Amino acid sequence: MGKGRIWRRVLMILIFYGALIAALQQLLAPKYMEDIFEGALTAEYYAAEKDHDVLFIGDCEVYENFSPVTLFEEFGLTSYIRGGPQQLIWQSYYLLEDTLRYEKPDIVVFNVLAMQYGEPQSEAYNRLNLDGMTLSPAKVKAVLASMLPEESFWSYFLPLLRYHDRWRELAPEDFAFFFRRAAVSHNGFMMRSDVKPVGRIPAGAMLEDYALAPVCFDYLDRMRELCDASGIELVLIKAPTIWPHWYPEWDRQIRDYAERYGLLYINFLDNMENIGLNLAVDTYDAGLHLNLAGAEKLTRYFGAELRARGDWPDRRADPEVRAAWAEKARRYEEHRAAQRREIEQYGQVRSFRVP
Amino acid sequence: MLFTSFSFLLFLALLLPAYYCLGGRRQWRILLAGSLIFYAFSGWRNLLYIGATVVSSFIATTRMANLLERQETYLAEHRLSAAESKSYRRGIKRRRLRWLIASLAVNLGILAVVKYTGFAADNLARLLPSGAAWETGGLHFLLPLGLSFYTFQVVGYNIDMYRSKTAEATERSVFRLALFVSFFPQIIQGPISRWGDLRQTLFTPRRFCADDFSAGLLRALFGLGKKLLVADRLLAAVRTLTADPAEFYGVYVLVAVFLYAVTLYADFTGGIDMTVGIARMFGVRVTENFRRPFYSASIAEYWRRWHITMGTWFRDYLFYPLSLSRPLTRLGESGVKLLGKYWGRRLPVWCATMVTWLATGVWHGASWNFVVWGGLNGVVILISQELIPLYKSFHARWAFSNTKFYHAFQVLRTFWLMCFIRSFDIYAGVGLTCRMLLSVAARFDGGRFAAAGLSPLGLAAADYVIAFLAVGGMIIVGRVQAAGAESRFAAPPARLALCGALAVMTLVFGAYGPGYDARQFIYNRF
Amino acid sequence: MDELLEILRDIQPDVDYEHCVTLIDDGHIDSFALISLITSINRVFDAEITAEDIVPENFNSARAIMDLIQRLSAE
Repeated sequence: MGKGRIWRRVLMILIFYGALIAALQQLLAPKYMEDIFEGALTAEYYAAEKDHDVLFIGDCEVYENFSPVTLFEEFGLTSYIRGGPQQLIWQSYYLLEDTLRYEKPDIVVFNVLAMQYGEPQSEAYNRLNLDGMTLSPAKVKAVLASMLPEESFWSYFLPLLRYHDRWRELAPEDFAFFFRRAAVSHNGFMMRSDVKPVGRIPAGAMLEDYALAPVCFDYLDRMRELCDASGIELVLIKAPTIWPHWYPEWDRQIRDYAERYGLLYINFLDNMENIGLNLAVDTYDAGLHLNLAGAEKLTRYFGAELRARGDWPDRRADPEVRAAWAEKARRYEEHRAAQRREIEQYGQVRSFRVP
Repeated sequence: MLFTSFSFLLFLALLLPAYYCLGGRRQWRILLAGSLIFYAFSGWRNLLYIGATVVSSFIATTRMANLLERQETYLAEHRLSAAESKSYRRGIKRRRLRWLIASLAVNLGILAVVKYTGFAADNLARLLPSGAAWETGGLHFLLPLGLSFYTFQVVGYNIDMYRSKTAEATERSVFRLALFVSFFPQIIQGPISRWGDLRQTLFTPRRFCADDFSAGLLRALFGLGKKLLVADRLLAAVRTLTADPAEFYGVYVLVAVFLYAVTLYADFTGGIDMTVGIARMFGVRVTENFRRPFYSASIAEYWRRWHITMGTWFRDYLFYPLSLSRPLTRLGESGVKLLGKYWGRRLPVWCATMVTWLATGVWHGASWNFVVWGGLNGVVILISQELIPLYKSFHARWAFSNTKFYHAFQVLRTFWLMCFIRSFDIYAGVGLTCRMLLSVAARFDGGRFAAAGLSPLGLAAADYVIAFLAVGGMIIVGRVQAAGAESRFAAPPARLALCGALAVMTLVFGAYGPGYDARQFIYNRF
Repeated sequence: MDELLEILRDIQPDVDYEHCVTLIDDGHIDSFALISLITSINRVFDAEITAEDIVPENFNSARAIMDLIQRLSAE
């Protein structure tokens, strides 16, 4: 065998096994299409259009509580929610960095509930939030900031190392969604039409220390500075859900911070009546998250606040944008209708993915 | 940095190109730098221990070599009578011996203090009246990585240089000696290389050789597969069995020692495969440490085929000198007078054997379990040694004893005997081990195993299937190697294809990482 | 030489010592036998073979052993 032929063969073998490993990785990574749909949120952004006036970042208090379709239809603002389950503030920050690689929104809205966590909480939530990110310096930094001591850095970049053991529980969804995943959100909003009223309003347990962690303020500083540098207005919010408990002591610290830097901070918990929220009908899990009706009410209230604050152009005037959002609205309504039917028929929501 | 970690893979991926591209004629320096970095990963303070070992050995051996050179010049310049020459040699030898003793004192001293102080203090505390309870925790040192292995390697070097008849064999560069001691593929678990072997290839400048590289890679991946597909997978079951002796007595002791034999073999030989393979990727040939030991027909044979470099080390540096030492020779002489020729002449060998095996036990670990373990090995070997005449007449008389079936019986007998001896390695405490071994006879309870099988051990059926298939693969590879049929895969592309298949299998089916438990991922809606 | 062959046969009878040149390498003499051999030689020849001299080359054949004995007595 000539030298050239040997090298050609070696190259072919390397390509073959490289492809095999990539395929196995694709097969074995969790798809989040039949359960734990939140895990699919982060990745979904990259397929979306990259032209948003408003970017939401934060935990479930953003992706369950704001509806971009409503915000567009009623206020002419395009928006995207880059939220994730128990998204920690550094994850929000690096997702912001990541988003700025693609687009520059006018407003960034950060939900402050995550300020309560000064340390990574669980490997699984890290995975749900970070696995979907495409490779970028922001991802590397997010991983380094989020990793628990027992985690392996490399497995975030070669997920096969983390998920190889899933060969035991491969399911039809792993093959069905091998090439393409379905959408689970409407521009980052996860729709839930069902209702489960608030039964009892739990009092917050006493804490030993009410001071929010310095590291959280560090990231809040960085978020603010990054927004300043890019000419973006940063808005802080606290969603009007009563679970987990939001302490007045925490609220004061955020309020002080907002005042010091001239930021808008809205604690929606103080405005329940103005928003028109009724937790007997506007939540699907007894006050932890708003349902579709609640989210639309909250979006209307917040949209009005935003409109009152600045003179951003009405994007409904642009026919191209309007057409694109009309398509979004169609799928949104279809989803709503499907969920309504299911509630009537089965008493519960069954389609979590966008039909 | 574990061989099975991703960081180690990265370390290799950086070191290999550096070695072949930047090395030039002094490639071994890159290996030394790599070895020191690898070592520093275990804690930079450990470098002080290994540094002390290198420097003390370097000083002692170069002094010994200088004395030898001086002797040569002196004898060449002066015409001495035979008697004068002999007495001059004696004098030089005595001075060389002093250096040897000094060096061994330092090196074995470090080993003794670091590894055995805690053990000694615990036993001392036990002897004292209970009122004077000692706090011995502070006397337990953290063991520097590979201490037992590199100390033995360096002690071997010192003794070899003392025994050497010429000064040329001695290394005159402290850095080269440092590489010999710290060579990273073998620092964790040997083999315990000899200077004469390793120096043949360790320092040779070389270009990248696809043949060596692909053969080494294949060997290393094979070892990785053994560790991840078999050893680490079954380890959990062994742990379950030994952690709860009250539950897993009788028949489950057999399961435990059997699974432990498989786990230990896969882990240890897998590690050595990685060592030999990785060294070969750098063009360095490391001595083999195993020759399919589970095919041995006797314990003595087993020890000639398992952890070979340790066995030969104890033989050459402890058993031989001890057997021929003056006290034991004298013991033999007085034994002959007292017990007659037959038994008297055996006395020194018996003593030397028992001392060697007790030392082997203590070397494995500072605990009474290993003392008993070593003693048992020694006793079994001596008994079978004494029974050799009996065996011979047995084999001469019974034809069936020379058939394949009888050989298979011997192999099985040796395997299970070793399993039982090894039980001292897995149960905590000598008393517990004895109780567990007794329970095999007293409370066998085979019905429990028939009813529950392997399910109480915490592994899924799929785990056993994987381990079983992988062990099958290991047996086949062992046969291929024994038959010398590896040359079929001699072409680098064919080897690379095998490597890829091994890597993919290990990557997917290996037992590593936190495992996947979907329940962890269920989002609490929080 | 005959004396040596006698010692060897006494320790391990079924080996062709006059022709075998791989006594150690092929395991005809194991470590136990080797020790008995050396102690016998030391006694019979009044030699001083020590652990230092135990390398395969010195013991692989009867000829080599004889050479060793002669070399040691010359020193």
